[in-house]
This record gives sequence, C-alpha cells and structure tokens, in this order.
Amino acid sequence: MEPIVLYKVCKSFDEKTVLQELSMNIPQGETTALMASSGQGKTTLLRILMGLEQVDSGYISGMEGLQKSAVFQEDRLCENLNPIANIRLTNPSLSYIQILEAMHEMKLFDCEHQAAAELSGGMRRRVAILRALLAEWDILFLDEPFKGLDAETKRQVMAMTCRLCRERTVLLVTHDLSEAKAMAASGLISW
Amino acid sequence: MTSIMHGDRSRLRGIRIWAVLFWLIIWQLVSIAVANDILLVSPLQVIQRLGELIFTEFFWYSIFFSLLRIIGGFILAACAGILLAVSAYRFRHIRELLEPVMLAIKSVPVASFIILALIWFSSHNLATLISFLMVLPVIYTNVLDGICSVDNQLLEMAQVFRLPVIRRIRYIYVPQVMPFFRSGCTISLGLCWKSGIAAEVIGMPKGSIGERLQQAKVYLDTPELFAWTLVIVLVSLTFERLFLLLLKKIAGRLERM
Repeated sequence: MEPIVLYKVCKSFDEKTVLQELSMNIPQGETTALMASSGQGKTTLLRILMGLEQVDSGYISGMEGLQKSAVFQEDRLCENLNPIANIRLTNPSLSYIQILEAMHEMKLFDCEHQAAAELSGGMRRRVAILRALLAEWDILFLDEPFKGLDAETKRQVMAMTCRLCRERTVLLVTHDLSEAKAMAASGLISW
Repeated sequence: MTSIMHGDRSRLRGIRIWAVLFWLIIWQLVSIAVANDILLVSPLQVIQRLGELIFTEFFWYSIFFSLLRIIGGFILAACAGILLAVSAYRFRHIRELLEPVMLAIKSVPVASFIILALIWFSSHNLATLISFLMVLPVIYTNVLDGICSVDNQLLEMAQVFRLPVIRRIRYIYVPQVMPFFRSGCTISLGLCWKSGIAAEVIGMPKGSIGERLQQAKVYLDTPELFAWTLVIVLVSLTFERLFLLLLKKIAGRLERM
C-alpha cells in the first residue's frame, strides 16, 4: 500500500504558524505514533488529515477515498443517546449483541440503557473509543485516546484497541512513549 | 434526585392552585363590593353564564371556527418558520434578505396588520393571517438560533464519520434545536391566540369568538364577555399543553428510531 505523503505542509492560525513546511511519509497498514511537545501542531495535523482543516500550502496524497474514524481529544458523544445508540450512529449494521459484547470486553457493564450524559468520564471515553473502533474505517485517528483512564482500565482498553487495529492504518497522537510502545506502533514520527 | 425534582414539581403545582384560588376569592369579594354587573361580574356568574352557553349550538361552532383558523395560522407559520430558518442557516443571502422582513413583522403593530388585511382581503380568514404573522418571526428566530448553536464538535464528528444527512438531522440537529423550537412554540401559542382574537374582534368574521366578544361589548353583556374570555384561555392552554406533549413524543420517537 502506498504511504500517505505530506510534503511541505504549512498551517497558520491568525499569523501564528502551527505547522512549518512539515514533510513526512505515513505508512499504511500499521500504527504510527506522532509525538511532539505541546503546541507543535499534532492535533492540527490530525485535523488536516481528517479533512477538518485546509492546509495553507504544501500537499497531502494517499488519503483519497479513505473511510475515516477517530477518537477526538473530547468524547463528542450524543448526550441524549445511550452507548449502544452512540456506537450504532457510526455503524448501523452492528447488532445489539455485537455492541454489547464489545462493551463488556471494555468493562462497560450495565450502562447500555443510560444516556451518555449520565455516564462517568471514564465510561464516556471508552464509549468514544468503541464507537471509533467499531465503525467501518480504513484509517483511524487517535488523539490522546486514553486520557483520563485509570492504569488498569487503560491497559485493558489498549489491549483491545491494539487487537482491533492490527495491520490497519492508525495514527496515534500521544505524549507518552510507553503508550506508543503498548499500541505496537511500528513507526514513530516526532518533530 | 428524581424524587426531589418530583417533590419540587408537586409543590409548584400546589402553589399554583392555591394562588388561583386566592385570586378567585379576591375577585368574588371585589365583585360583591362593586355590586355592579356591568362593571365587574363575579366568578360564579361567569361560570353560570358559561354553563348556559355550552348548551347552545353557536358556542361550539364559534370555538371550532376560531380554533381552526388560529391554529391553522400557527401551524402554517411553524412550518414556514422552520423552512426559512433552515434556508437562512444554509444560505447567507437568504438570511440577509429575511432579516428586514422579520424585523418589520416584529415591529409593526398588530392593529396595522389587521386593518391592512381588512382592506386587502375579506375578514373570513383574517385570524389565520394575523396569527401566521405573529408566530412566523418567533419560530424563525428561535429555530435559527437553535441551528446556529448546534455543537460544532458533534458536527465535526459527523463529518469525519461521514454520517448521512438524515442521521445528522435526527441525532444531532433535532435534539439540540428542539428546546429552542419548543420555547418558540410556547411563546407564540399565547401570542397567536391573543392576536387572532383581536383580529376577529376588529374584523368580526361571522361565527367567530371575536364576533361574540364584540356583541357582548355592544350589549354590555359583561358575564358573556368574561365567559368567552375564560373559554379562550382554556382552549389556548389546552391546545398549548397538547401540542407541547405531542412535540415531546415526536422528538423522543425520532431519537429512538
């Protein structure tokens, strides 16, 4: 598979340059971790690749026709919908049982009838991750996906994420090198 | 939490009934003190008159006549308001084009519209036109505000996951715009009844509640005037409750589908 190529990508917001002639190759079919210190434009880069921002100059190739999925920094759940409906929103072909089994694997028990607004922060996060994982996708963007999870839950969620992302294109933004390693990231791009 | 809220609601309802009873007693006492049926009738006389009216054929016909026209105007305005708000949100030029029109409708006194409408058209469907004009800007403004305040993060999520338009409308727009639409309906339902009846009083379409009110005024029949006023309040409140309940059910059903 051809890699996703970024060539001299520039992006500024109100005269503040966030990305300055950034070039990189992102291999497809594997997990790549993007690491940079805060304010260096990791999320902006992800937003550009997701199609939510336009580049000022430079070009990106290899993204054409790819079905995207994402875990944003925020949960971005429909507050009035229960976890099952939130997950089914992005993939209506999933059965109730399939979703329930995946929820149980993520240690989400007895919350299938609760509105997202009533869930705890950790539960919401896991629903957001599950929604992204169970959607139909060619490329998955993970923007600090495990933020706010306790160590044990994080380990379990990462194991499941890792299993469902094997040999698929995943871009992981993280500050934590151990997280990148646990996610079996074969590529690490930092700037 | 739920029981506390339930308790608060019951307490509020209790206070309301108590307050209504208090003012009814005050009204009765003042009417006894005034002792003039033309100036002020007692609540008991109003109830008695209402009891006589409900057995007449024209009572129900008048209610049906006015209800049909005023609610017709409201429903037409609600549909038009939603369509225009969606168009205005989608196309900036439509929004700019509609801005002065909505401002004019909001600012022009209802009496001017009534007189103009009487010059241009017959008085038969006057209440429909007037209630339409009063409701349209309220629904338009509220729905537009609602659409503009939809959570942008959810819209981005929908864009990334390529959610179809129907699913975006049902799960993102409807739940977030509904409180704005509901509040617009609450405001405009009261407004359409007040303006619609005012139009009927001036235009006097045959068989309307407005005509009955005007006749009660001409014959100084204060008990009938009060009785019809009570009917208007009851019909308006009943319709408001039923409509908002229906709206809630539709919204809930849409989200569950």
